[in-house]
Amino acid sequence: MSRVPPAGGEAPILEVEGVCVRLGGREILRDVGFRVGAGEFTGLIGSNGAGKTTLFRVILGLQSATAGRVLIAGHPRSRRNPLIGYVPQKFLLDPDAPLRARDLVGLGLDAHRLGFPLPSAKRTALIEEMLDAVDARAFADARVGNLSGGEQQRVLIGHALISRPRLLLLDEPLANLDLASGHEIVALLSRISREQQIAVLISAHEMNPLLPVMDRIVYMAAGRAASGTTEEVVRAEVLSDLYGHPVEVLHVHGRVLVVAGAHGDPGVANGALGAIEIVS
Amino acid sequence: MFQGFMVNAWIGASIVAVVAGLVGFFVVLRGSAFVAHAIPNGAFAGAAGAALVGINTIIGLGIFAVLGALGIGWVSRRGRHDVATALVLVFMLGLGALFLSMTVEYAPEIYSLLFGEVLGISSTELTPTIALAVVSVLVIALLYRPLMLSSVLSDVAEARGISAVRVELCFLLMVALTTTMTVPVVGTLLIFSLMIGPPAAARSFTNRPLGALMLSVAFALVSVWAAIAISYKTNYPIGFFVGTISAAQYVLGRVWAAARQRRRPTLGRAPAAAAAS
Amino acid sequence: MSHFLSPVFAPGFFQSSLVQIAVVIGALAAVVSAVVGVFTVLRGQSFAGHAFGDIEATGGSGAYLVGIGPLLGFLIAAVIGAVAMEAIGIQRVRGRDLATGIVLGAALGLAALFLYLETTASSTTGATISVLFGSLFAVSSSTIPLVILLSAVAVTIIAVLFRPLLLSSISPELAAARGIPVRLIGALYLLSLAVAAALAAITIGAILSTALLIGPAATALRLTRSPGRAMLSAGLLGVAATWIGIVLAYDSFLWPPVKQGWPVSFFVVTLVLVFYLLAGLPAAVRARAARTDQRARATASGLAG
Repeated sequence: MSRVPPAGGEAPILEVEGVCVRLGGREILRDVGFRVGAGEFTGLIGSNGAGKTTLFRVILGLQSATAGRVLIAGHPRSRRNPLIGYVPQKFLLDPDAPLRARDLVGLGLDAHRLGFPLPSAKRTALIEEMLDAVDARAFADARVGNLSGGEQQRVLIGHALISRPRLLLLDEPLANLDLASGHEIVALLSRISREQQIAVLISAHEMNPLLPVMDRIVYMAAGRAASGTTEEVVRAEVLSDLYGHPVEVLHVHGRVLVVAGAHGDPGVANGALGAIEIVS
Repeated sequence: MFQGFMVNAWIGASIVAVVAGLVGFFVVLRGSAFVAHAIPNGAFAGAAGAALVGINTIIGLGIFAVLGALGIGWVSRRGRHDVATALVLVFMLGLGALFLSMTVEYAPEIYSLLFGEVLGISSTELTPTIALAVVSVLVIALLYRPLMLSSVLSDVAEARGISAVRVELCFLLMVALTTTMTVPVVGTLLIFSLMIGPPAAARSFTNRPLGALMLSVAFALVSVWAAIAISYKTNYPIGFFVGTISAAQYVLGRVWAAARQRRRPTLGRAPAAAAAS
Repeated sequence: MSHFLSPVFAPGFFQSSLVQIAVVIGALAAVVSAVVGVFTVLRGQSFAGHAFGDIEATGGSGAYLVGIGPLLGFLIAAVIGAVAMEAIGIQRVRGRDLATGIVLGAALGLAALFLYLETTASSTTGATISVLFGSLFAVSSSTIPLVILLSAVAVTIIAVLFRPLLLSSISPELAAARGIPVRLIGALYLLSLAVAAALAAITIGAILSTALLIGPAATALRLTRSPGRAMLSAGLLGVAATWIGIVLAYDSFLWPPVKQGWPVSFFVVTLVLVFYLLAGLPAAVRARAARTDQRARATASGLAG
């Protein structure tokens, strides 16, 4: 399993080393390792069942690993991770629940503290600032349960960001969004990541929407992972090795397609597809 | 209806309404209507057992309410939540049936345990009620933020170190505590009406969580006050009126929400966005 | 033979006509509850199932007031309750539970009124207890034909609707996409639930009817994924719990402290809960084994690297 050395410089915000997870007799994750540097935008790509959500749960401390370890900014994962902000895939909230977008963002500041949130100008200012940052001003006073998928994503991102994490974890934020909303979210995340030097680890089953903004990619298949830059990882040899059967990588108009290869040697197509990569 | 013995009834009922409104807000938020019904009913078995053994019914009520809360928590971690609630509930009711069959004279007490008999509150009974109410309000105030987040985004809360299991336990115990307090007033069968009708109605009238909390208390107070007044005049049981008024409040809330939806579908949104959407 | 059986069955058990009636009605109720209960658990509507029980308590008290038999009272109240729940008709689970709770609250309030009127009218409160908690041994044999009819109705509805009901219980969207009238099916299911709950109520009382409705079904679903097999197992479990309950209740007439017998309902409910917990044992044992296994691995790999 080739592991690509990290980009040099500052200490990585997230280190995953040799993580294995076994659940119900099945090996969900096998020897998964990668690093996310400070301020890096990393895509965790893999189809359903590849183990992305399990990996997230291990990083967040919701699931214990059978082997391996996770380091956050050099320290082992503890019960509470103020450095990590988490945006779950979806949450079913009653449309009637009396919780405005700004209330949910506000909870991001201090939900773990006991007692009531005392009204303070500073707190309000922080919330307003965050609502601006995620473009949620327009629906700040609407009930969260009533918002569209894209709007809810933004509120959840605001909730995660307001406590100033160093790493933002997003579980398949694009899965239920239409193309336009997905594009907006990616642009928003990229901007925030650059402006505030926050590392972003975003999982998706399709890498193309993230290609323009990804610094690095962690590609998962069948519980294993390969990490590095897109050029290093998204290659037929690497992916075939990962999947365990022949796979081809096609580049079409700047998009990448990973398709099952014709029977034959991994990486070299003999069948009908027969194309060599066209790198645009 | 405001002289002497009625004063205690008004005070006791008001206290119960405040706590039921507060706890009920979270019952509705967490979708735990069944639990709010199950714990009081299970507690009834404790009261019956206490009557059998000859100790104060409130003690029996409290013990079984807590046992029911813990039981539901324990069983639901091992299976489905709604099934767990149902089985723990009926098991405790079954115990209640057993205890009842063994006691000799019980009928009026059982009735008032089930449906409430607010006129029977004495000043000495009021003190523990007030004490428990103060404790309840303090606990809710203390747990407000973690409880809110865990109820709405349990995974995110867990990642922040707020254990969903512990929050659920605290919540169940809060319901148990509320149950124990309501015996003199509304009876075990109907306390849950107070815990779901008013809060469900309240959420239709406001977007804000704190606002909904206050409104929930307000509606609950209206409910018990009206119930006491009408019950006093007609002699019909207070439980009947609480059940009906709570249902009416719920319906009112639904109607209001539907009407508002038609009139202003973009409530809370800035005009520019509304025009654009 | 009788020598062997006598410690278990108190004298006169098999000859008692009350027992015979109880056995027949109890078995029918258990079977119908099993069939309907499997769907109730699949649909996550345990609360609705329980609510019917309490709503029927109202019906029972009302029936007593008016002077008709309890089973009819249960049935009428349950049907009205089903209609009310359908009318409020919410699709989301949370909203549905809330609506169920409201209907239940109103019904119980009504029960309060009925029972109050009863006590002022006739100063007996025996009605409360028998209606709420059941007195299987006091059911007259004249109800048997009605019980058989109702059982047939409920089971037929489920049998006829089996496949569309199964699909719409597991995935309403998929069912709707195939043109299945999800709402209508839901309403018919609710009706059969009302009937099943009425039968269970007659057996172990309105308040406790949920046990027979939910318990065996939930237990069976823990043991098998197939709904057909679940219904079969649930039926067997339910009948077992009911019959054993009847035996124990009959025997308990000889027990201390009061020599008046413990209620059938108590035994049935306890047995149902015990079965449910027992069914969870294999999974719990497996989970524990997996955890110790995992810990051992973690320690080993920790030591190694």
